[in-house]
Amino acid sequence: MKNPRIPPEKQIKMTLNGDEAVAYAVKQSLVDVVAAYPITPQTIIVERFSEFVANGEVHTEFIPVESEHSALSAVVGAAAAGARAFTATASQGLALMWEILYIASALRLPIVLAIANRALSAPINIHCDHSDAMGARDAGWIQLFVENVQEAYDTTIQAFKIAEHPDVLLPVMVNLDGFFLSHTMEDILILPDEAVHEFLGGYRKVYRTYVDYLGKEVEIKLDPENPLTFGPLDLYDYYFEHKIPQIEAMAKAKDVVRKVNEEWYELCGRKYGDGVLDTYEVDDADVVVTVLGSSAGTVRYVAKKLRKKGHKVGVIRIRLFRPFPHDEVAELLKDVKAVGVMDRAISFGSYGPSYLEIATALYHLDRKRKKRPLLVNYVYGLGGRDLDPGLVENIFMELLKIAKEGEVKEPLRFVGVRM
Amino acid sequence: MGNSELRSTKELPLAALPFKLSIEYKTGGWRALRPVIDYGKCVKCLTCLIYCPDMAISWDGEKVSINYDYCKGCGICAHECPVKAISMVPEGGSS
Amino acid sequence: MGTPSPSDVLITFKHGEKVEIPLTLNPRELAKRKSILLPGHRLCAGCTVPTLVKLVGYALRGPTIVVTATGCLEVATTIFPYTSWAIPWIHVAFENAAAVASGIEAALKAMKKTGRLPYDRIDVIAFAGDGGTYDIGFQALSGMAERGHKVLYILYDNEAYMNTGIQRSGGTPAFAWTTTSPVGKVIPGKQQHKKPIADIMVAHRIPYVATATPAHWVDLIRKVRRALEIEGPTFIHALVSCNRGWRVDPSLSIEVLKRAVDTCYFPLWEYVKGEGYYLTDRSLAIARDPSLKQPIERFLELQGRFRHLLKPENRHLVKQLQEYVDAVWEDLLNRAVNAPR
Repeated sequence: MKNPRIPPEKQIKMTLNGDEAVAYAVKQSLVDVVAAYPITPQTIIVERFSEFVANGEVHTEFIPVESEHSALSAVVGAAAAGARAFTATASQGLALMWEILYIASALRLPIVLAIANRALSAPINIHCDHSDAMGARDAGWIQLFVENVQEAYDTTIQAFKIAEHPDVLLPVMVNLDGFFLSHTMEDILILPDEAVHEFLGGYRKVYRTYVDYLGKEVEIKLDPENPLTFGPLDLYDYYFEHKIPQIEAMAKAKDVVRKVNEEWYELCGRKYGDGVLDTYEVDDADVVVTVLGSSAGTVRYVAKKLRKKGHKVGVIRIRLFRPFPHDEVAELLKDVKAVGVMDRAISFGSYGPSYLEIATALYHLDRKRKKRPLLVNYVYGLGGRDLDPGLVENIFMELLKIAKEGEVKEPLRFVGVRM
Repeated sequence: MGNSELRSTKELPLAALPFKLSIEYKTGGWRALRPVIDYGKCVKCLTCLIYCPDMAISWDGEKVSINYDYCKGCGICAHECPVKAISMVPEGGSS
Repeated sequence: MGTPSPSDVLITFKHGEKVEIPLTLNPRELAKRKSILLPGHRLCAGCTVPTLVKLVGYALRGPTIVVTATGCLEVATTIFPYTSWAIPWIHVAFENAAAVASGIEAALKAMKKTGRLPYDRIDVIAFAGDGGTYDIGFQALSGMAERGHKVLYILYDNEAYMNTGIQRSGGTPAFAWTTTSPVGKVIPGKQQHKKPIADIMVAHRIPYVATATPAHWVDLIRKVRRALEIEGPTFIHALVSCNRGWRVDPSLSIEVLKRAVDTCYFPLWEYVKGEGYYLTDRSLAIARDPSLKQPIERFLELQGRFRHLLKPENRHLVKQLQEYVDAVWEDLLNRAVNAPR
């Protein structure tokens, strides 16, 4: 590939943990308002950012709000006023923000929210699983899951660009695994400030819409020159029509995520698959495992080992979970014999979240096809339960057996738990 | 739902922004009683204008007028008028 | 009269325009001003909340953004596709008017710092009902006050959750009928007294707190302007009547607020940090001439929600209420810097 505009030699090497990397990305992203409430394992984001503020390194107004509900509310207000705004949370904090998530999306505010994924109570657990973000998957937010600290830094910056894109104008959740990424240090490459500023086009630009009583297109913000009313009451005659644009924007978001991934690659030489899905050896695979987040590293490590032994296995890391890339996943998996869908969350009374998506995707494969992949859901790692390579190897070997036998007896399985 | 035609998604502003001002919604139809000003008694203190919840009373520099497009007939103006210059008469009756 | 055009009624400030709206209490001057709330809103006939909002609008000094919590005011003024707001306005949820206002205030500061605010300043005002303030909204309000945001928070207190059908709130007075504190065979209405929200805000040590009603409009406009001029969190507790929930004849909606003050049920005062409490308007007059103070029955007799109190067997409840009102009034007289000694 052609040389990136900023080659690795011109980037700055820093040793940061996931939270610090996110804080640093926010520092460089010309963010106007950060309102956040601490919750393990996100606290370091807030603390580090407070230091930047105290040292005068950013122009950001930092609001140490009294709860997560107020954190997102303040950020909604700030974004409605035309500011670039950010917040971060995890677990119970995200749960507390729940009603405001839907509002932020409907008001088309390009807010970025970093989540250090942590299990939801009860019992209270501060360790990693995806139940927090998955509980919010219906709220109309774009959801990206990162695999390592470098990606956490890269994706936080990208998130502002994706959110503020005129085809999108939706808030974005950047998910990084609690403790596994948030508190784990890696050597990463940081771009120079000016490069990030340029990538984002400087401060936030607000887009326009036509409002009849003003007789013209006006910026969608609280502006005394063009008075607008945000958050009206809808009756049954308009609510449905108001949801459609959010749905359409979600559909457009996939391409924007890809485009931004490509632009980032041109800027600094790093890309994450096509931005939406990151695949490893899927083309000729008999068995594929799909996974989100930092566990992808472990899964890929095991897959490599098994490939060396001659097993035709592949891995798909799902980076963009909302909007879910159904067609793309179906296309990748259509000739695979058996697919193991790993989920670090469960929808009680049903299956894991990505299993439900992938099953839906595969259902719509051309009816004329004689075969479609066998599908197994592997729920793992709840409450921070470690996923060691041995468990992953068992999953692959089991899938290879299922591929041979041609049937799935139990589609929902739990990995690494003492039943 | 008012008397407007319902728009489709494509015809709506983004972010669910309202696109009409309520001045197009004539609440005068709510009235059962209507206020009538006796200009012989009115001392032009503008108390009625100050208290009117519907911004339905105006002053043009010479006289006070009621905008019956919006007046809901609450009767606050009649009660608060210090000289009892406003009477509430049944809507539809002779004024 | 034909329908006015939007430009006739919208209040706009061009970018870069320096505007200082002078304070006036002259009705002839006020009559010339545009209202921040437009007619055609669907608040009940005789509701005094829109009167309050209109009067607040008369006190603005320049570009202003309004935040409103879920409730009567928000719902009845923004039924899609219509809006009754002539200035920029936002509603997010029920309990977060103060948090949203904090975020806006911070955003304006950040944008000003980076040369992106095309005005010297934009004032931020939050309106919320007793629901969104005493109860579900209290946390956000307390946080906003503690952090010192420059926001004027105006509580429009109609003493119950009116928008959802007259349920009791922390602001409902003792013995009032509401649907969740009904007057039954055993329990005669709400059992707790009104939470002293304005005193609680004084205890936060914010620079300015005041009580007001739209009936005492000169006092109200003066207090709003005073609050807007302060660089910090300010709070105005405005009593407004709800003729539906209080069961009052709509034409008496302003009268009942006058009686609330005349009986010392709702005293008018302002608190200036570093100086103390000052009685104002009618309440100051009553402090100077106690013969002006009316018995609580004068307030109760207009309202259906207190009808049960006028029965002879409930005389002791009226006595309790009178004693409570008197005790609070006496305490205020002792505290007020300008009460006669």
